[in-house]
Amino acid sequence: MNKVIRGKVHKFGRDIDTDVIIPARYLTTFDPLELGRHCFADLDESFATRVSEGDIIVAGENFGCGSSREHAPIAIKGAGISAVVAESFARIFLRNSINIGLTVVEAPGITNFVEDGDEIEIDLENGKIRNLTRDREMNFQPLPSFLKQIIDAGGLIEFAKERLKTR
Amino acid sequence: MGKTISEKIFEKHLIEGNPVAGEFVLARVDLVLMNDITAPPAIEAFYKIGVESVFDRSKIALVPDHFTPNKDIESAMQVKMMRDFAKEQGIEHFFELGRGGVEHALLPEKGLTLPGMLIVGADSHTCTYGAVNAFATGVGSTDAAYAMALGELWFKVPETIRVNLKGRINPWITGKDIILYLIGKIGVDGARYKALEFGGELIKDLSLDSRFTIANMAIEAGAKAGIFEPDSILEEWARSFEPEPNLVYPDSDATYSEIIEIDVTEIDLQVAFPHLPSNTRNVSEINEKIFIDQVFIGSCTNGRIEDLRIAASILKGKKVAPNVRLIIIPATQEIYRQALKEGLIDIFIEAGAAVGTPTCGPCLGGHHGILAKGERALSTSNRNFVGRMGHKESEVYLSGPSVAAASAITGYIASPSEVL
Ligand code: SF4
Repeated sequence: MNKVIRGKVHKFGRDIDTDVIIPARYLTTFDPLELGRHCFADLDESFATRVSEGDIIVAGENFGCGSSREHAPIAIKGAGISAVVAESFARIFLRNSINIGLTVVEAPGITNFVEDGDEIEIDLENGKIRNLTRDREMNFQPLPSFLKQIIDAGGLIEFAKERLKTR
Repeated sequence: MGKTISEKIFEKHLIEGNPVAGEFVLARVDLVLMNDITAPPAIEAFYKIGVESVFDRSKIALVPDHFTPNKDIESAMQVKMMRDFAKEQGIEHFFELGRGGVEHALLPEKGLTLPGMLIVGADSHTCTYGAVNAFATGVGSTDAAYAMALGELWFKVPETIRVNLKGRINPWITGKDIILYLIGKIGVDGARYKALEFGGELIKDLSLDSRFTIANMAIEAGAKAGIFEPDSILEEWARSFEPEPNLVYPDSDATYSEIIEIDVTEIDLQVAFPHLPSNTRNVSEINEKIFIDQVFIGSCTNGRIEDLRIAASILKGKKVAPNVRLIIIPATQEIYRQALKEGLIDIFIEAGAAVGTPTCGPCLGGHHGILAKGERALSTSNRNFVGRMGHKESEVYLSGPSVAAASAITGYIASPSEVL
């Protein structure tokens, strides 16, 4: 896992649902790049073309609510986003992101801390986010150690391989 | 310390960890479900894990329902991948078109979801099986692959919000109104990360179909599960599948993060306005005429026989408004057949409705009734997000079957009392 992530912020509101992240009509594939091209198609058509590799999404409460489609974090990753920082996440989206290796950070207060277009740096190990544009810093609670095991293994598939060896 | 239903079920399935709210555990699963959207990535992930075979071929359910009957070549390829996988692995519960239906109506009907089970499904509405006292929760495709390979999964044992239902159910009110009312009260993230546990004196007056509807939409309040306390109705149902059902009751001193009391007597027919299921209003308080282009009665929320009976009782001898398209889709083959036997399908067609073969279809804007730009639908399904049923500039309102049927007749959102 990349311990420090740096990138430009694309800011979203609250209750961003997975239908908006990737509409059902694109679910006939699970190719990351193809899904990435349609990421947020109904909310912001230009999103996929505006994202540069490594950019970061910042959002309000309940990011990723709705359908369990794993295509949602895959589309975000496929669009080139390196991390999603939100006030809070819907649980299936959080699971899926951890399982496929999309970095997710729950950081209450984040929406007042950064504006669209800001450059931020996330220190995952120490639970710190620095706003490089506005020169300020905030803390967040790093993930519990149980989930770190999965992330450190490289996602749930790698975790499964390790677990099969120990059983 | 007393335990909630959820804690007790995790305790029974525990492999590693401490089964109390807030803790992470590894637990055994009794059933793993996937559909035609979520199975293909799960199958691919399963092969990457590198095991030869699934943990138990009788504990996996594969249901093609979202884009089935296949709407295009891509979806046909996805279902073919499921079918081939089912054959290769000898999976017992693959439900071919014509022998299945919408997953969450189908699996309980087949007796695959029973009290006390721990069930995961790569579909967010897996929480539906809480109606039969199972801990059932939606997961992603990689989770499903892991569970198929190892027969276990990681969980955070949720805190529980207890919901006590009491009072008397008014005419036309069903489970849909109760759950929409609750979501309107607590919001789309009101139960995020938590389990909703339903109990109270009213439960015994609720049909199983209504309970399925309530548990189905627990996820619309962000809940991980929506689980009902067992009663004699459930026990009798479960006995038709197994001699000694494993009913799980909460302890009287269980720890709840919150207790919500709902007097159902006060609940009016509910409608959720665009674009969130929490955006609810009483039908009687809608003062303007909200004209609609399409009405959909069906889905895993309200495509069961009780819903079709209610719709038929209102549509009988009436006609669908000239400007409205009414689409009715029984959720499973068995429900379809029962509706045929009872003459309900005839009533629907006579009224001018299009009756379709079991599928998710319009619920997710998949096929079989997609909305054009600027169109407005009233749907008995569970989600009204932007673009859910079609064009991003279309609108979806949600209601139970009685309001849906009445509105199909008037052409605008209406209560059944307006047409009867
Ligand atoms: S009917 Fe709708 S909500 Fe239910 S499983 Fe199908 S797509 Fe999902």
